[in-house]
Amino acid sequence: MDLKTLSLLVVGATFVLYIAIAIWAKASSTSEFYVAGKGIPPVLNGMATAADWMSAASFISMAGLIAFLGFTGGAYLMGWTGGYVLMALLLAPYLRKFGKFTVPEFIGDRFYSKTARIVAVVSLLVISITYVIGQMRGVGIAFSNILEVKLEVGLLTGMAVVFIYAVFGGMKGITYTQIAQYVIMIFAYTVPAVFIAIQLTGVTFPQIGLGSTLAGTDTYLLKALDQTLMDLGFAAYTSITGMTMMNMFLLTLALMIGTAGLPHVIIRFFTVPRVRDARKSAGWALVFIGLLYTTAPAVGAMAMYNLINTVQPGEIGSPQGNLVIDERPDWMLRWERTGLLQWEDKNNDGRLQYYNDKNAEFAERARTEFGWEGSEFTKIDRDIMVLANPQIAGLPNWVIALVAAGGIAAALSTAAGLLLAIASAISHDLLKGIFAPRISEKSELLAGRIAMGAAILLAGYLGLNPPGFAAQVVALAFGLAAASLFPALMMGIFMKTMNREGAIAGMLVGLGTTLLYIFLFKGWFFFPGTNVFPDNAEYWLFGINPTGFGVIGAILNFVAAYLVMKVTKAPPEHIQHLVEEVRVPRVGTNA
Amino acid sequence: MTQQESRTAYWRANLRLLTILLSIWFIVSFGFGILLSQPLNNFSIGGYPLGFWFAQQGSIYTFIALIFIYAWRMNVLDRKFDVHED
Repeated sequence: MDLKTLSLLVVGATFVLYIAIAIWAKASSTSEFYVAGKGIPPVLNGMATAADWMSAASFISMAGLIAFLGFTGGAYLMGWTGGYVLMALLLAPYLRKFGKFTVPEFIGDRFYSKTARIVAVVSLLVISITYVIGQMRGVGIAFSNILEVKLEVGLLTGMAVVFIYAVFGGMKGITYTQIAQYVIMIFAYTVPAVFIAIQLTGVTFPQIGLGSTLAGTDTYLLKALDQTLMDLGFAAYTSITGMTMMNMFLLTLALMIGTAGLPHVIIRFFTVPRVRDARKSAGWALVFIGLLYTTAPAVGAMAMYNLINTVQPGEIGSPQGNLVIDERPDWMLRWERTGLLQWEDKNNDGRLQYYNDKNAEFAERARTEFGWEGSEFTKIDRDIMVLANPQIAGLPNWVIALVAAGGIAAALSTAAGLLLAIASAISHDLLKGIFAPRISEKSELLAGRIAMGAAILLAGYLGLNPPGFAAQVVALAFGLAAASLFPALMMGIFMKTMNREGAIAGMLVGLGTTLLYIFLFKGWFFFPGTNVFPDNAEYWLFGINPTGFGVIGAILNFVAAYLVMKVTKAPPEHIQHLVEEVRVPRVGTNA
Repeated sequence: MTQQESRTAYWRANLRLLTILLSIWFIVSFGFGILLSQPLNNFSIGGYPLGFWFAQQGSIYTFIALIFIYAWRMNVLDRKFDVHED
């Protein structure tokens, strides 16, 4: 069977599975629709959270990002996992104790203000919609690159499947499909990684293989990679390169705080039966996420090692040292067709050279001594590092088909979680909470389903016609979550005297400054060419990258909230009482 | 102990636990994985330079351990202060 048919069969089978789960797990009440009836056991909820959290970016892009960044790629690994510590210790158990359906609902009740709730809804919508565009795009790209069908066809199929299980099943349907999606995703990610680790180092576990010696030698893999990269004029893999230490610090912190403030992840902790399940569930989520996140650095480094050794099998500088273009492997041909890999034989020697031609000293030496006229890969999209991995390692076709299904599972599971956050903000916070408080449960459930359907159509439309900023939106989503929602939630729990005025001022200041800073460098509303300053380190305020600015936004949020709180009225007695109740799992009996 | 005093004591114990765990969280990731990574790279575990290991492996294992320790210690606290669920 050829690869295309096999891939379509595997992906088709996963879709049938998702729909079967949807039929089995139909939501019949608002509680089931919003929070799966608060009946999901902690381990399963951890697994669903992991699938909800790990998006197309984690599955497809992250290892490639690390491959080209080396050591500083750790910012993404630590940032996207360390946020769970903040969420588990500072938010999840308390929000579960509060026991409602949405994040804006907590903010509205805690700060006794509809305005606060609306500000929270706006933050949530901006964060979730920008984030969901990337997921729909990811579904389309996975289809078009791996299954070789048109982007539109892939995206519409994906939308239809999500529509079925998210609209009918709500959180309940989404949760059980996410559990299935996690299993598919982690299997698809680790199988190729294990095979590659065995090929390169003889060790089964990629996490250990990355720290081992190359098979049959006593040279460590990382040492060999460092050496080869330096010989080609690049910085060593394990050194600080690609970003400054300060920006690595800020980016890590911004991603951590942002992760902890992402509403579609927080609501997952509303679905467990008890407060102590919320605590434990966060730990299980991180176990399941950690399985992929500790494998990713090995995938990245090993893919880089394989890539360089494919292009440079012989001695550097020797006329026979490089890959003959006519003999290049099949995976290169395949990815050239997608346009994600491009080359040009600049010195017309019929061979490919890959080196750092931006390193002036090495480029000069390469030109005069080796006759190299520039690095000949004109484009290597970092996404191919994961997608091409099984082919580079010469694995059978079913593994490649599995990777396609895994990529689509990653994108769909995250999209569904985001869509639920969007739908519940509209039907529960805006409609039920503000415009039509008297609406019946049945009508609210219907409204939730309609909002979900509309959100899917909007996300699909934006996925087909992405506003030209798809790459920056994830940074925006994290920056905003860090600067607006996280501080408000945290102060709501940990500062009993934080009041309405302080919280609203804080959210607006955090949201405003972060948006402003991002727009100044990336263009107003991301329209190309409208940026006030060029987006590079020379112009950044104190050298702070806009991606890492969420941390500053969060600090400004805390400061503004504190100052305003000092000059306004303390929150009413019953609110302070509410905070005390939220802080304990059960009201004590020893009064 | 009145209910109010008991709750205050419970909350204090909780904050103490948070401070300890978040200090470890910070030292391992931002300390060992970033700020001190370069000097730590002079040491190694297997083929991993130590700072690199913390940034790409060790901090994640630490995070997982921290959450489970938190869940375990909080369950103990809940019982001690009689605020545990069912």
